[in-house]
Amino acid sequence: MSSNETGTSKIIEVEDITLRFGGVTAINGVGFHVTEGELFAVIGPNGAGKTSIFNSISQVYRPQEGDIRWKGKSIMGERPDAIARLGIARTFQNIALFGQMTVIDNILTGRHIRMKNNWLTGMAWFGPAKKEEMENRERVEDIIDFLEINEWRKHPVALLPYGIQKRVELGRALAMDPELLLLDEPVAGMNLEETEDMARFILDIREELGISMILVEHDMGLVMDIADRILVVDFGRPIGTGLPKEIQSNDDVIAAYLGQDFSEEISID
Amino acid sequence: MSFGRPHLRTSYEQDSAIFPTYFQKGAAGLFLIFIVLMVLGNGAAGWIPTWLFGQTWLNPLTLVLPFAIAALGFNILTGVTGQVSLGHAFFMGVGAYSAVTLGGKGDGGVKACVPFADNIGLLDKAGECGLGLPIWIWLPLAGVFAALVGILVSPAAVKVRGLYLAIVTVGLVFIGLHIARMLPEYAGDYESGRKWPKLDIRIWKEEVPFIDMNEDGKWLGLIYLTEEQKQFFFLFAILLVMMAFAKNLVRTRTGRALQAIRDRDVAAEVMGVPEQHYKRVGFAISSFYAGIGGALWASYQGRVSPVDFSLLLSVEFVAILLIGGAGTIAGTMMGTLFVELLPKAVEKLTNWLSGNLDSGGVIGDLANIMLTSGPGDFGPVSTSPTAPGWPMSVFLWNPVIYGVLIVIFLIFEPHGLFGIWVKIRNYWKGWPFSY
Repeated sequence: MSSNETGTSKIIEVEDITLRFGGVTAINGVGFHVTEGELFAVIGPNGAGKTSIFNSISQVYRPQEGDIRWKGKSIMGERPDAIARLGIARTFQNIALFGQMTVIDNILTGRHIRMKNNWLTGMAWFGPAKKEEMENRERVEDIIDFLEINEWRKHPVALLPYGIQKRVELGRALAMDPELLLLDEPVAGMNLEETEDMARFILDIREELGISMILVEHDMGLVMDIADRILVVDFGRPIGTGLPKEIQSNDDVIAAYLGQDFSEEISID
Repeated sequence: MSFGRPHLRTSYEQDSAIFPTYFQKGAAGLFLIFIVLMVLGNGAAGWIPTWLFGQTWLNPLTLVLPFAIAALGFNILTGVTGQVSLGHAFFMGVGAYSAVTLGGKGDGGVKACVPFADNIGLLDKAGECGLGLPIWIWLPLAGVFAALVGILVSPAAVKVRGLYLAIVTVGLVFIGLHIARMLPEYAGDYESGRKWPKLDIRIWKEEVPFIDMNEDGKWLGLIYLTEEQKQFFFLFAILLVMMAFAKNLVRTRTGRALQAIRDRDVAAEVMGVPEQHYKRVGFAISSFYAGIGGALWASYQGRVSPVDFSLLLSVEFVAILLIGGAGTIAGTMMGTLFVELLPKAVEKLTNWLSGNLDSGGVIGDLANIMLTSGPGDFGPVSTSPTAPGWPMSVFLWNPVIYGVLIVIFLIFEPHGLFGIWVKIRNYWKGWPFSY
């Protein structure tokens, strides 16, 4: 289903990062790279450190070892908002929308880094601030159209159904005009129809906008269908990287998912 | 506007207007007319009923206006940015004392403006400092100084949140009171305070003000107004401008950034909103509003003392926010009106009841139950304004009523008066259907 015609230039390189919380090592020497336009997936059992990898890229957590390079330049030690301005957007596993704000305002907040008006021009309203607000509102309406959430646009997001909230979050990330999109379990807890809708949106984003993506997901059907390459992590360690077909037949991966002693236990019985 | 569908919005500008519908535009207009009539209704024009639009309410109503300005600032910091502050009284004080230093007439001359200049004891009076500048200088600068002090303390404030920020800002109030005690050149006597500049508009320091606000008479050669009416309209105009600024702030980029920090600070940072920067911006803008409100309040009162800027004043703003509804401009206005007029209403009610003490009937009985006019009488409210202990005077009952109201609103209507209004509005919008 997915094409392998991706660019060759590496947009982000993660080099042997290690992240510890006290005695717990959440990520242990994980390394990978994503090329331009690629859809890269990270999979692994619960607690394997997938979301920690995302948090390390957006510098919410600071890995103690290793390096993360954006287009060849290290981004270690930058503030999360500086990472956003580079063009890295993300969604969250447990939706982190701005609950009391409307769908429009949430997505407009995604436009924050692409807008210029400040508190002074904003308070005055008339003039450049108003012009800019209207231009960006138009951009937001395009995204709302694209994600088919028109009917919800003026609702506070906390009141919306879960599936719609997930879409709004995707919209908010898209509004940043990112070059790399980190999707943290975009279809978790969704039914089949919602999952198919979301898969369609992800493929559309990729084909129409050419945005590179890193996808963390538990839905193996989705991952195997749409990902170009897959990284498997278990207990913070990388246990395999490759094309979906290679990953499906990798012994370590099977062991991680089904249990190390699975075959032995059967023989004992 | 498209023919046949007058309510159809055809531009994003219409969609994000402050009053998007014709009904709201009309209601706002009617409200303005109502306010003007209410203030003008001094009995001079016979067709305006004085029982509704009398002068009795003008003074308390004027007093609400500076509070409403300060409350807007509190709403920006606590309601919009989500940073619970108890230091609002401190910033009002900074604004008020900036105003009196720049605009007041001091008897100590410029020399008094240098603290501890003649090396006398701390609490001795060296004369008061005042530069006597006109209002167009001291009013904006009162806000600016408060904002600068806000920025100065923000490094400590932006690093903590929730309860910790509340405690840090409580500290500010006590530091402020202490500084006021140390610097009588600026603050005046600790108990009795000092005189504030009057609300007159002068071009420079001339004798006859350009626009006077403290004498009855023809205003701008157009209309005859009393002193109170002039002050009301002046303060009301400033409030309207400050409301428009606040509303514009909330509907543009900065306002969204502040709300984003309130709702999810980590997500806001990942979206490219620098958290500490915007907390500082929110703090500064809030302090600016507090400064303007404090300066106007003190000037309208004529004389205030440092003890007026105590913790109780900060708590009053918490009451305003919770009762009115956090995060909305309309809610802030409702809350301020309610909280500031409540003491006056309770006082009026008590006076009215005590006038009916011996009238018999239901009202007389009620008055007998509620009021205590002397020893051996068992009502909770004393008719004497200086009654110590139980039964309490009307003035002592006010903080109790605030407290009870805060608890009631927190439990039953967390969105405040604004939430109640939204419920009523939605009910009638959907009527006869339930949604």
